[in-house]
Amino acid sequence: MSNSLIIGQYVPGNSIIHRLDPRTKITIIFFFVFVVFFANSLLSYAILTAFALASVATTRIPIKFIVKGLTPVWFLIVFTFLLHLFVTKEGTVVAEVFSFKIYSGALIQGIAISMRFFLLILITSLLTLTTTPIEITDAIEDMLHPLKKIKFPVHELALMMSISLRFIPTLMQETEKISRAQASRGVDFKTGPIKERAKAVVPLLVPLFVSAFKRAEELAMAMEARGYHGGEGRTKLRELRIEKRDIAIYVLFLFVIAGLFLTRNY
Amino acid sequence: MDITFENVNYIYQQGTPFAHKAIKDLSFHIPSGSFVAIIGHTGSGKSTLIQHLNGLVHPSAGTVTIGNYRLTNDEKPKNMKELRSKVGVVFQYPEHQLFEETVEKDIAFGPENFGVSKEEIAKRIQEIIPAVGLSGEMLKRSPFDLSGGQMRRVAIAGVLAIKPDVLVLDEPTAGLDPRGQKEIMNMFKELHKKEGLTTVLVTHSMEDAVQYADHVIILNKGTKYMEGRPEDVLTQQEALNKVQLDVPEAVQFLLNFEKRFGIKIPFQRQTTEEIARDVHRYLQGGGENE
Repeated sequence: MSNSLIIGQYVPGNSIIHRLDPRTKITIIFFFVFVVFFANSLLSYAILTAFALASVATTRIPIKFIVKGLTPVWFLIVFTFLLHLFVTKEGTVVAEVFSFKIYSGALIQGIAISMRFFLLILITSLLTLTTTPIEITDAIEDMLHPLKKIKFPVHELALMMSISLRFIPTLMQETEKISRAQASRGVDFKTGPIKERAKAVVPLLVPLFVSAFKRAEELAMAMEARGYHGGEGRTKLRELRIEKRDIAIYVLFLFVIAGLFLTRNY
Repeated sequence: MDITFENVNYIYQQGTPFAHKAIKDLSFHIPSGSFVAIIGHTGSGKSTLIQHLNGLVHPSAGTVTIGNYRLTNDEKPKNMKELRSKVGVVFQYPEHQLFEETVEKDIAFGPENFGVSKEEIAKRIQEIIPAVGLSGEMLKRSPFDLSGGQMRRVAIAGVLAIKPDVLVLDEPTAGLDPRGQKEIMNMFKELHKKEGLTTVLVTHSMEDAVQYADHVIILNKGTKYMEGRPEDVLTQQEALNKVQLDVPEAVQFLLNFEKRFGIKIPFQRQTTEEIARDVHRYLQGGGENE
């Protein structure tokens, strides 16, 4: 179905990045996203790119798969680049395309911004590519734990997240099944005028909602039958633990940041 | 319509780390008008095979021919909709596809999409409703108010209303009570004879295969494992056990009977009554027949 979009998809593996504590990954990615905006010289971009590409290489996920998965994003990157290219008017004129003057400043700006974009998307998609949704919710629950003091329902939020994440593939499968059944009854989802295609969604959505409600009811019943009564006093099957490798990565990342700030303005 | 598979392969999510070969080098021929049972345990590729029959998926390699329609990896017939009006598919748990406000509208949905006239649809509904064991007063009710068994019948009626030449059934009786199972299967058999359909039944049930099909194809790991007449294929206990299947109960009984009494009664798709008569004859006659 949606083979082309990999954002949010998990690729099983056993690399060091897969095995990192999810909190480590979230923290590093969080700071990376900030730091990207501080890069302003060739060297600083090189350091960040090297870090991102090295991370990708370590995961051992085929490059081809990642590149293909980012297809819809390429469009955005190219668009940003072109926008900057034609709108910015700084520096000297380096070329003229169809009476459009292209300035050197625009070229640099365009490359820099689309590079940022690319790095952001690459590194954030690495999180979901190497971390199971369950690990991510566990990490978020743990990291938001301090908010419990101000009566923020952290556990409930995490539970809601993991339930919805858990049911995404189920609903996708269900959608596929129903659309197959309706296609066999002559519904055409792929061609025809927009109005017809919008109408074709009804036979898909109604059964989908019906089964989603049914599933929710069954899940609630199954949880109660197994004695679920909220997060109070509940222990965890998977304990999150910071290992040596996490510390090593933090140190490495600090070096990257230090390197970035040293090479700024070069 | 004749159905032919020639060296068909199908790979899910080709070119990703999740690539998975669901069908491997599968070839078979189903002549027009036959009732074929396709049997295999879970994950043997049955459901993928079905989707080839009305062009929901295209083979990754090889050729599928249904009547005059040819499906290959790069060839897509322009008249896909026409193919789908000729091949009706009843999927597993077809009641999940119901969505209309009334039973009548839901049954009419398929034929309407294929451009059948209003009068013709009304005529077909009148014929189909009693055939699938529903009553006329249900037509105006919401399909979601019906029981599970009734919903199943409505969904089946929705496919039959298309009047296909080929009827594909993916475990049509799963989850029904025994009586409902029998009624629905008998209805399919009757329809098969009356309308001269080509019927493809995907099932786990050896009993159904023996009782209704005149040809059996056994799938294992996406490829053909055995093929032939039910009485030839479904009596090979050892071969079937190897792929997590077993002989039908009637055959099981005859094998046990042979072990116990040393009398071999050949299996010719007898019903239980016929087997009882055979046993009676053999025990009384003391082997006078051979």
